[in-house]
Amino acid sequence: MLKTVEEIKAAIEAAIPGAGVEFVPNPGPAAEHSLLLRPESAVAVAKFLRDDAELAFDYLSNVTGVDWPDKEIVEKVKAMRITTKTVDGVEQQVEETVEETRKRIEPGCLEAVYHLYSVAKKHGPLVIRMRTENRTDRVTLPSLTPIWRGAEFQEREVFDLYGIVFAGHPDLRRILMWEEFKDHPMRKDFVEPDDYEYEPTAHDHVLKRAQAHPAAVVASGSQRWRDEGIR
Amino acid sequence: MSSGVQTKPEQLEGWNRPPVIAPEGEGELLEVAMGPHHPSTHGVFRMDVTLDGERVIGLKPVFGYLHRNHEKIAEQTSYLASMPYTDRLDYFCSLTNNWAYALAVEKLAGLDAPERAQYIRVILAELTRIQNHASAVGFLLQDMGASGTPLMYAFREREKILDLFEQLTGARMMCNFMRFGGCRVDATAGWLDGARKMVAGLPNFVDEFEALLSTNEILMARTQGVGVLKPDLAVNTGVSGPMLRASGVDYDLRKVDHYGIYDRFQFRVPLGEHGDIYDRYMVRVLEMRESIRILEQALKDVPAGPVMDPKAKSRGFRPKPGEAYGRIEAPKGELGFYLISDGTPNPYRYRVRPPSLINLTILEDMCLGHDVADVVLIFGSVDIVLGEVDR
Repeated sequence: MLKTVEEIKAAIEAAIPGAGVEFVPNPGPAAEHSLLLRPESAVAVAKFLRDDAELAFDYLSNVTGVDWPDKEIVEKVKAMRITTKTVDGVEQQVEETVEETRKRIEPGCLEAVYHLYSVAKKHGPLVIRMRTENRTDRVTLPSLTPIWRGAEFQEREVFDLYGIVFAGHPDLRRILMWEEFKDHPMRKDFVEPDDYEYEPTAHDHVLKRAQAHPAAVVASGSQRWRDEGIR
Repeated sequence: MSSGVQTKPEQLEGWNRPPVIAPEGEGELLEVAMGPHHPSTHGVFRMDVTLDGERVIGLKPVFGYLHRNHEKIAEQTSYLASMPYTDRLDYFCSLTNNWAYALAVEKLAGLDAPERAQYIRVILAELTRIQNHASAVGFLLQDMGASGTPLMYAFREREKILDLFEQLTGARMMCNFMRFGGCRVDATAGWLDGARKMVAGLPNFVDEFEALLSTNEILMARTQGVGVLKPDLAVNTGVSGPMLRASGVDYDLRKVDHYGIYDRFQFRVPLGEHGDIYDRYMVRVLEMRESIRILEQALKDVPAGPVMDPKAKSRGFRPKPGEAYGRIEAPKGELGFYLISDGTPNPYRYRVRPPSLINLTILEDMCLGHDVADVVLIFGSVDIVLGEVDR
């Protein structure tokens, strides 16, 4: 029988001291709680989860990203303020309670979520997640592809669509979008380009490269016609 | 085969892949782009194959030709509005896609489908499995050069099943039938009778199919010992469905997850021994037989009653904040939906776990060392649909 997520957390902490695993509750009816791993110890924890005889999470089913943008939180705070008032013709300093609205920005992050199952023990799922420090420049997480190869294409997809860089991935390239594409379309703040029709077809430098290709010599006869204006 | 150009890999610009080392004392390597418009790729899909003579020494799949960011579109609309769009993932098996999505949302919102709806779901899912496996085998044989006959046998049976789908759901392929907490319409007694009659004829079809193929000399010669996948590697690479079971791993979500009402039916899980193409073919044929057994049991006693959970709301559907991962045994493998709700009418995160894409993780390993003609067969035995791979 599968242990509860709390028990798994205790088992990880007993096996890997200082793993720093955090319990993330799921308030919904599914109640699939998850474990938040620290990037620096994630690979060791993943290896333990796979190799431990009792847990034996040998099957990585699903890998995905989640984008949590920076949140602007508006709070109403009661504050004391000293104001000058004229009471009975004399200026006095009086303390007053005033309601102030304050805005603060809660920094967002990118999250990678992994769903683990055990084929050997037929239990699961165990949900583990990792979070990046921010959404702009510190977006590196350790790749779990060396532990479960099932993550290979899915981590590439998360890299492509969310922009999480998986350190240690053997072949981290874009998978669904083309190589020259710049943005990460699954992010919540992604703005669609105006030219939906753009595709990297043969024009500009691609065309030049194609013309320099040995196979293009065959087509050069018709090219000369075109250059000379004969159609 | 597409035309290849004899170029050394390091001369190709922008290839962005690890350099392939030529074996010593042999000729030049050949880079062949199989696809994106190649009959064997079953859609727009490309394999960049590196060949040493006829032998494959490298293969990189290239995806994305059919990418339309299904997930983003689903995150911008309501839960129910994505239901018809799930039909377009694996367009051969729209009903199992519907079920996987409905199951995930039911898990997220704490709904449950009534008895009768559960029976109808099982009947439709198993019919879907039979027509998918028959066509998958037909296409595999088509790739092998048996042009037409096995595929037409499969399609003849598929037509009968699609006729049933059309009678019940109004559409042959894009069924859009399941709802959160049940099914869209009820099956009439006449439809159930028609289904019983159709299922009664199915064993004959499988017998005929097997008589044509299972001991066929060419089929055996071309598939046995080709594209072998070892069980431990299959599990580690996240392979699922008939491919995983052909490698001998006993993992069928109908048995493991106990979703729906599969616990009530007697059926076996066919397993392969060698993990080669022939085993994948055989597992699919045997799964058709087991599906017929499930259908016979399910059609025997479909209980009366409603087909929708009265708690389920079609308008103003807002699941409580939380997340859920629902998965079912789709004909191609484990189809999962991962949803995060933030209490609004739209899902905050909507993710499809596509079995077709993840089963391709292992494609290169299976093809290495085989002839280029076998790549077509190995790829065909994975059974993918590009609508699901690229999403």
